[in-house]
Amino acid sequence: MEQPNLNYINELSGDDEVFKQKMIAIVKTELPQEIESYQSLLKSQNFIAAAEMVHKLKHKISVLGLEKSYYLAQTFEENLKNNNIQLQNDFEFILERMSNFVTSLK
Amino acid sequence: MGMNCIIIDDEEMARIIIAQMISNHNELKLTQEFSNAMQAIKYLNQNEVDLIFLDIHMPDFTGFDFIQTIKNPPKIILVTSDKNFAIEAFEYECIVDYLVKPITEERFQKAIQRANSVKPSFTSIKESKTTIEDKTNEFYVNIDRRLIKIEFNSVTLIEAKGDYIHIKTDVKNYIVHSTLKKIEDKLPKDLFLKVHRSFIINTKKIIDIEDNSVLIGKDVIPVSRANRPELMKRLNLL
Repeated sequence: MEQPNLNYINELSGDDEVFKQKMIAIVKTELPQEIESYQSLLKSQNFIAAAEMVHKLKHKISVLGLEKSYYLAQTFEENLKNNNIQLQNDFEFILERMSNFVTSLK
Repeated sequence: MGMNCIIIDDEEMARIIIAQMISNHNELKLTQEFSNAMQAIKYLNQNEVDLIFLDIHMPDFTGFDFIQTIKNPPKIILVTSDKNFAIEAFEYECIVDYLVKPITEERFQKAIQRANSVKPSFTSIKESKTTIEDKTNEFYVNIDRRLIKIEFNSVTLIEAKGDYIHIKTDVKNYIVHSTLKKIEDKLPKDLFLKVHRSFIINTKKIIDIEDNSVLIGKDVIPVSRANRPELMKRLNLL
């Protein structure tokens, strides 16, 4: 199973430690907010808006190096646009792994 | 000569990544960042901008809405998490390239080279294509990176749903990222009619009409008071 990682952020940052820390700080701030919005929209069965939030989360998924998960998120986004919650559990498992990883970052 | 750039993206992380890449290029000068397109429109009215990094997927006002709103768009590099918009992107001459997130330095470099080699053009291809499209019997929608052909005659109705439109046909339904206004421009005027701010119907598919609604297949569609006279005009009343 693929694991979240900082490969992309490291590559982008190069020797620029300030930029790297800035990126990590943003992921730490934005990820929980986006997950909370997604959960709230799904709970209220606002599937189209939830799909928009999944779309936004896809960028975080790819920034954290989860290439296969990105495609799962893409399919889930399309499912939500059709009022279908298939893949919800798989998607939320990805979110959980990302959250745990991001929380562990210093 | 340097290029003045702006970034329009609702996601802070995306703005920071693009800003970092811009800072690595001497010929680029980042003059402003915007989290929404409306702020950028105001800025463009007062400042000279050579290149815009534009996110497509933004709440309320999409990147394509933005392009259609500004009068003389500068060169634009689209930035998105979705490859599905690529076809629509090439309908605008001002769009010089299309970057899929997460952006790599290598791909960014290519986009800048492309922006440097393309002369600015202020005309949308869409305008010159109108007469050709009027004669066709079908249109294409982009779903899951596939262009799907839909015959005008098979469409029963189109409903606006947020940033999407729901196209119903005799055989299948489609959800497409677009607006009612955009699709209305593509449809033959003699066949389709906007009967409500959220609905366009194929007038040939009407089963019956009541005071303020029309039955299309099994769907009861509201007809707004303002649109009712035009609907009545279209009917071959006994």
